Amino acid sequence: MTTAADRAAAGDATRIDEVALGEPAKPARLEGTGVKASTGVAYLFLAPYLLLFFAFVIAPAVYGFWISLHDYDYTLPGRPFVGIDNYVKLVDPDSVIFDNFWSGMKATGIFVLFSVPLLLVVPLIVALVMNSKFPGRNFFRALYFAPYVLGVAVVAVLWRFLLDTNIGLVNQYMGKIGLPDATAWLTDTPAAWVALVGVTVWWTLGFNAVIYLAGLQDIPAELYEAAKVDGANKWQSFRNVTLPGLRPVLAFVTMVTIIASANMFGQSYLMTRGAPGTETRTAIYFIADTGLRNFQMGDAAAMSYVLTVVLMLLSVGVFWLFRERKA
Amino acid sequence: MSTAAPPRPTTQGPPTSTAGQGKKGSSNLLRYGVLVVLGVIFISPLVFMLVTSFKTRVEAAGLPPTWIPKEPTTQAYDSVLNSEGTPVLQWFVNSMIAATAHAALVVATAALAAYPLARMEFRGKKIVFGLIIATLFVPPVILIIPNYLIVGELAWLDTLTAVIVPTAAGAFGVFFLRQFFLSLPAELEEAAVLDGANRWQIFLKVILPLSKPALVTLALLAFLTNWNDFLWPVYVLFSPEYQTLPAGLSTLQSANNVRYDLLMAGAVIASLPVLLLYIFAQRYIIEGVSRSGLKG
Repeated sequence: MTTAADRAAAGDATRIDEVALGEPAKPARLEGTGVKASTGVAYLFLAPYLLLFFAFVIAPAVYGFWISLHDYDYTLPGRPFVGIDNYVKLVDPDSVIFDNFWSGMKATGIFVLFSVPLLLVVPLIVALVMNSKFPGRNFFRALYFAPYVLGVAVVAVLWRFLLDTNIGLVNQYMGKIGLPDATAWLTDTPAAWVALVGVTVWWTLGFNAVIYLAGLQDIPAELYEAAKVDGANKWQSFRNVTLPGLRPVLAFVTMVTIIASANMFGQSYLMTRGAPGTETRTAIYFIADTGLRNFQMGDAAAMSYVLTVVLMLLSVGVFWLFRERKA
Repeated sequence: MSTAAPPRPTTQGPPTSTAGQGKKGSSNLLRYGVLVVLGVIFISPLVFMLVTSFKTRVEAAGLPPTWIPKEPTTQAYDSVLNSEGTPVLQWFVNSMIAATAHAALVVATAALAAYPLARMEFRGKKIVFGLIIATLFVPPVILIIPNYLIVGELAWLDTLTAVIVPTAAGAFGVFFLRQFFLSLPAELEEAAVLDGANRWQIFLKVILPLSKPALVTLALLAFLTNWNDFLWPVYVLFSPEYQTLPAGLSTLQSANNVRYDLLMAGAVIASLPVLLLYIFAQRYIIEGVSRSGLKG
């Protein structure tokens, strides 16, 4: 579901403080085209993008809230205003939607909880191993990044085959080395969570590793030299040089990974179909099905606003966690 | 400093490189060991996908799994490409059209918008820029339901336009190119002004030619993103003949639940173009992604 551009776009978010605070406005160096003269021209350049931007980002963000205040069934003509009823239903344990929504939020929560730490740590280890010049470095980097260029549909269809209980490669090879060989990876928990998380790590590890690697290469070598002069061992120089140097990159990767994991859809849609029962049906899966399969758009819009608020609070938390600490 | 010390200090690794020669040799061996094992784990699923697509129906479902087909055959491809309900060839064409058109639209609109944001002073610049920034905080889930209705109003549902246009409104391209334009020297523009060029001519003749690498990177990322997009196409394209490959794979999976030979053939067809693109333009793609994590 989440794409390179989404993730990379989210990355720009970490730059925002710099953009808003630090970056001095570039003085117009083209004299004679003064501010007034270029305002019209500037908007001519901006017009095509702004048209798309307002039609498909600004307008829907507002429109979605309006929908969430209505009993909006796409297939029915009447769409009465119901105020905050759709939101009240989400916190009322007696409503029909309550269980489904919160079981979706729980599934999303479980997935985030287990995938994010792995997706933060494993790619960092890979990046550290690759962070020096050695023959074949670019080859390995390209190799680990390769699964990421495949879409989630290919990844999920492929792994559903590899994880097949009876004929799948994974169970076959696990049996060969004396491990259980009949795990129901796609229809039983917790095995299904292991499968969903594992496949996601395989799929997106390269993305985070590539970003870490670029961040590691930005840390000046002098800092490592200085640490060594001070008698720091490897762990101490990792703790006191590498980690602080990676702070902005870590903040970015954490944020992007949380958002990507919270938007997990394709893996559970194609691999487990939400099974067993609806245990692995994520929030976004339930929202999409409610709104776009059953056309209960008021409910779906309300749920997407709740999920958005939760995600934004999480983002604020991440920002706070990685803030520049004053000594 | 060991002989392996890199020429540029910025690319130097952690102090391991200053360890003794013997220790370095064994740590290098360990490094390659780890890298190779990891590499096998990463690539073997893809190899097995390719191998299985050339197996017979029986062998694909048989035990034990084989890494070389006993009777290599293109049956699975023949079957997948000629099936009525799952027109894979049509999906391939649809995906090609959608991803190409999407990439062109993103590059054109983003380049036009990024130029004044990087190079001009104008009224409302801060507001426009701030608004675009603000949307980076908005998770895409919030747009799915209303955009479905908007696309419905425009009569785009179940057409390729639905997967080409709305997603082009993302802010990434504008940021990416603005960043690049900011890094270009202003002197060239000033020289063009002295020659009597207007903004449009400067954009076309000075800025765009200097920005080719950035434009290519953005086009590739937009193509990949659109080619692989899943959730949106699954819901807005319902007729089999209008689907893109990822949505089609979902249809193929429902139609052939355990025919893994057919599913792997479909998956190979869906991955081949992006893997080829990746092999030939790997540098652009990886550079583009790695730059996204760095500030400035």
